[in-house]
Amino acid sequence: MSTSSVPLSQVPDAAGRFGEFGRRFVPETLMHALEELTEAYASAKADPEFNRQLDDLLMNYVGRPNPLYHAERLSEQAGCNVYLKREDLNHTGAHKINNSLGQALLCLRMGKKRVIAETGAGQHGVATATACARFGLECCVFMGEEDIRRQRLNVFKMKTMGAEVRPVTSGSRTLRDATNEAMRDWMATVENTHYILGSVVGPHPFPLIVRDFQSVIGKEAKKQCEAAFGKLPDEIVACVGGGSNAAGMFYPFIDDDVKLTGIEPGGRGPNAGDHAASLSHGEKGVLHGSYSYVLQDDDGQTLDVHSVSAGLDYPGVGPEHSYWKDAGRVQYLSVSDDAALDAFRTMATLEGILPALESSHAIAHLLATKDQRSGSENVVICLSGRGDKDVQEVARVLGQEI
Amino acid sequence: MSSSAISQVFETTRSEGRMAFMPFVTAGDPDIQMTGELIQELSRQKVDLIEVGFPYSDPIADGPVIQASYTRALQKGIRVGDIFDMVSAQTKNGSAPLVAMVAYSLVFRVGVERFLADAKSAGFAGLIVPDLPGDEASEFAERTRQHGLDLVQLIAPTTPVHRAEKIIEAASGFLYCISIAGTTGARDQLPPELTEHLDRLREKTDLPLAVGFGVSGPEQVDILRGHADGVIVGSRIVRYLEKLSDKFTSRDDVIREVGEFAAGMVKAVRQVASQA
Repeated sequence: MSTSSVPLSQVPDAAGRFGEFGRRFVPETLMHALEELTEAYASAKADPEFNRQLDDLLMNYVGRPNPLYHAERLSEQAGCNVYLKREDLNHTGAHKINNSLGQALLCLRMGKKRVIAETGAGQHGVATATACARFGLECCVFMGEEDIRRQRLNVFKMKTMGAEVRPVTSGSRTLRDATNEAMRDWMATVENTHYILGSVVGPHPFPLIVRDFQSVIGKEAKKQCEAAFGKLPDEIVACVGGGSNAAGMFYPFIDDDVKLTGIEPGGRGPNAGDHAASLSHGEKGVLHGSYSYVLQDDDGQTLDVHSVSAGLDYPGVGPEHSYWKDAGRVQYLSVSDDAALDAFRTMATLEGILPALESSHAIAHLLATKDQRSGSENVVICLSGRGDKDVQEVARVLGQEI
Repeated sequence: MSSSAISQVFETTRSEGRMAFMPFVTAGDPDIQMTGELIQELSRQKVDLIEVGFPYSDPIADGPVIQASYTRALQKGIRVGDIFDMVSAQTKNGSAPLVAMVAYSLVFRVGVERFLADAKSAGFAGLIVPDLPGDEASEFAERTRQHGLDLVQLIAPTTPVHRAEKIIEAASGFLYCISIAGTTGARDQLPPELTEHLDRLREKTDLPLAVGFGVSGPEQVDILRGHADGVIVGSRIVRYLEKLSDKFTSRDDVIREVGEFAAGMVKAVRQVASQA
């Protein structure tokens, strides 16, 4: 649906359309809140004081700008110059804090006192619990029981910061079910509660808001590339579950001549239920209030998904990624659980960095495409988060005791 | 001008000076045959209209009772086509008018034109698509009408006046007035401001106003009398089906219990007429 005459950055429109994707498919009960949020965000974006406050927090609380690190030993292994955008060095250990702080400020601006959030790997839950503690907001995080098991460390962190972690026992007990429950809670409490959605998914204006707050990643990287090697990178690689780190990384480069590659969780293989690669294997459809690529059956029922990474274990993807895919702007590929686990260990031994299992997917792609690269190529990888949260699960999968 | 099946229901109830009772059943819980039998029983009890819920894997407007019911149905392998087949058999048998309650995901995946054609040929009178709000619904409403079906629209307590006016413009059949901000589910009390909300809507439209989400029994009918044209009960009925998972309740018992509940509701909505 995209046309070449319009820059790809000029989306969404007022109805939340990214080409044919996006929009709002939610019960009427939520429509007023979405309209209110759209207005609040437009006014905040135009307010220098709001931007000053957010910039100050990003610098002095989150620790931005984080480095663009030239990973020399990984470069040797990958056959090109690899630069890591170090979102793992942010306060709370992942890119998620950029969005949670931005939305917490919006929440204060709307005069709401309570925040809800959904989380898979727990990084968005921790980031939101952190932002809420920072501003004295009540916080309730919905998390699937299976993810609570996989991510105990993050559950403990959230509780320590005063958040309630509400276990979700319906369906597959993962991120998708946590999202359903958060939306339900929001319907009942919409007058005094803001929903800090954690990815570029959901009804308009969430995909726009989250992309904008995450775009700080790509904006910084752009400047840092100029400083490091005097030009734009040849390629940028980022992992894609819902797609927030990739959207934030790609968006500032979307109208530039830079190859962009999104890596989806290929899990155990291409059969339904074995992966969570919505763009590679999904069909167009509606999930959680948005029209995008969805893993679903012939009737429109959402399929179960799998990934070794709880943060990528989601059957949908942000509508802007669907738009970029169909426009041919971003190439989306997938890598397997095993390749991601190998990349996790490679990064640890070569660079002394434990990457999040999510980001390990992007690194796995880089290692797998070594033979196609030249030594002069500059590739930026979005290292979306650190892997401390994943060590228990990695050990369990590898059959090792900690 | 020809009148739709839903309009005829409300022409009748209004001429009798009473409200309509509209129960909800989940298709395929515990199986599609049982849903057919429930529709027959509800029709025998003279309910005015029946909502048939299409099970969906990720419902966000529904509370835990209906979600669990959808999960049971999906685990038994219910397909959209099975529902149309069952409905077709019931409507040919002279059931009460049926309205499909269906998530947009299913309509879109099957294909809008095909879904609407299948719904019409199965004998549905209209559709409720709870996650297709007024703004997204105008084109779909037009196509629905072209197939001779009504598209019922929802209005929430959080809907501001300017939205309500737009929704009313695109709606047909009746307006589904959500009683409370939240999901479906039986509640002990309806919010006191509900009747004022209904009265304000009444000033804006002649479309029948039906109240759902949180309505659970005859006692609430009295509160709504004079303010609404109909009541919708979902979770309370679906709860009877939960009992089938224990081994002490038979299908016949459940059908009898649902029938008795429906009879009580039918009596409650007819009270004014019978007293007059």
